[in-house]
Amino acid sequence: MSKKFFQHASLWLSLGTVLVIGLWPIVTHNALNRETAFTVLSAVALASSLNILLGYTGYVSFGHVVFFGFGGYVGFYTINVLGWNIWMAMLAGGLAAALLAYLLGVAILRLRGAYFALATIGINEAVRAFINNFAPFGGPTGMTLNFKIYKAYGGAMHALQLVFYIMVGLTIIVTILSYWVRTSKFGLGLLAIREDEDAAEVMGVITPSAKNWAFVLSAIIPGMVGAIYFFKNGTIEPGLAFPLRTSIEMIVMIMLGGQGTVLGPILGAAGYETMRDYLLVSPLFKNLQLAISGVLLLLIVLFIPRGLVGWLRQRYPKVRRWLI
Amino acid sequence: MMDALIRSLIDGLLLGFVYGIAAMGLTLIWGVMNVINLSHGSLIALGMFSVYYLFVGLGIHPYIALVLTAVLGLIFGVIIYFIAVHRVINAPELSTLLATYSVNMMILGIGTAIFTTTPRNIPLDLGSIQFGETVVTMTRLIAAVISVGVAVGLFLFLKYTRPGRYIRAVTDNRDAAEIVGVPSAQVLALTFGLGTLLAAVSGGLIATFFPFTILSGETYELKSFVIGVLGGLGNPVGSLFGGLILGLIEGLVPMAMPTTWTPVLEFVLFVLILLVAPNGLFGGEE
Repeated sequence: MSKKFFQHASLWLSLGTVLVIGLWPIVTHNALNRETAFTVLSAVALASSLNILLGYTGYVSFGHVVFFGFGGYVGFYTINVLGWNIWMAMLAGGLAAALLAYLLGVAILRLRGAYFALATIGINEAVRAFINNFAPFGGPTGMTLNFKIYKAYGGAMHALQLVFYIMVGLTIIVTILSYWVRTSKFGLGLLAIREDEDAAEVMGVITPSAKNWAFVLSAIIPGMVGAIYFFKNGTIEPGLAFPLRTSIEMIVMIMLGGQGTVLGPILGAAGYETMRDYLLVSPLFKNLQLAISGVLLLLIVLFIPRGLVGWLRQRYPKVRRWLI
Repeated sequence: MMDALIRSLIDGLLLGFVYGIAAMGLTLIWGVMNVINLSHGSLIALGMFSVYYLFVGLGIHPYIALVLTAVLGLIFGVIIYFIAVHRVINAPELSTLLATYSVNMMILGIGTAIFTTTPRNIPLDLGSIQFGETVVTMTRLIAAVISVGVAVGLFLFLKYTRPGRYIRAVTDNRDAAEIVGVPSAQVLALTFGLGTLLAAVSGGLIATFFPFTILSGETYELKSFVIGVLGGLGNPVGSLFGGLILGLIEGLVPMAMPTTWTPVLEFVLFVLILLVAPNGLFGGEE
């Protein structure tokens, strides 16, 4: 069998996982399951996007939620004030996030290691503080959708259904994108940057432009997810849009599944969200959910830093051919 | 107008000293072991609660409680180092960032369960004194004096004691220090303990004049980042000046525009300094 076949097998495995999550509420016809699946899929989409920057390129963004929040705000504004439909708003959110990433990337991707991580925290806080003062976006109180807007989609029930299908579609797109980056020549350049940026440059990788495109690619989908997430939520405010904790949860999901792999962030996000749901409803652990996640994170960092998929690849060399 | 200006200037400067020692804890750890301690904020919050419970629960005067808090902070920091940091000290920075953040999650998770998020404040009123036209709150003045004392103490400790010399040796070159017999693991643990001590003390001081919850630490952690970068990461003395600059900004900005713009300016300044002068305004090391 050719190498291509095995590589494709890995793509089908990843897409299959996403489809199982996406089809589960449709098959069971359960609105509650749909809400759960929506949360899991948005986590998968965010984690897989960040993985392009963190896993493939080796740049640790601690403020990646800024693209989710900014895309969410721009999308929300176009729906609420300009009266655009959800599709246009989603595009606007994605483009706004991509543009922000491009401009920021030019400036901060020169920083390496911990300095880059610090700068991303600073930018998230700066954008949050700015929007807190930005009157067109409602300042500290944010914005609330007029309920009538859902009428155009056949009522709130249908709007929720539609938003879920869009989410499934976005997650499929991000999976294919992640797989394409991982197996393309462009992605090979990113992996080289991760291993040794100076050596990559010597070998002919145009590092500033490669890094910048990786940053932009990792920002588009979070911007779109933000737009539909807040359309569904019906209200947006700075505290909801830019929580530092969500940025770090994305990293935890990637670490859990295995950074730098296509399947890893998908499994990590699904596993983390499932665990959190379980802890949140359990009366014993409800208050300690954050502490337990912390213990889990520490154990992964100390003992299995490669995550589940990375560990499998290391432990069973045979699976490396089809598990990326 | 002039009175208000001087008053907010003085308030800002006094606060700046306290912020300065919080940032000193962060930048000491960064300078010696190249670890950005993301549990810094929750350690500041624990310092607040330590002073609060020693005072409200056991009736110990806040400034004596502060000494006990410092000792507890030192011990707790050493424990954190050996549990969470020691194993990944040589790993890529993502590992230490996440390891310290996991400690942060544990403290916040357990802290929220125990203390809830109801705001507390330490009922300590020492009055205020008048300098000509301006009135200065005593608790803030004492906090600033203690902060300067702690900073001087740290400087003397690093400069003249044997453990202090060890710390400076490990900062310069860990391998070379090990070769000449410096026990680097203990030195790193001590450094983490000192960083935690500074965080806890600054938290305890802030708690004597501001209300707080277990989640308050995040604000001060972010301020510590800004100050640390202003003064140069890894440059503890620079932190004190960085703290003063931040205090000045917080004192002066509200005169010109709504207070809510202060964080915007602070974080934009933070990112700009990272880009233009990553070693801080005063050079710093490397």
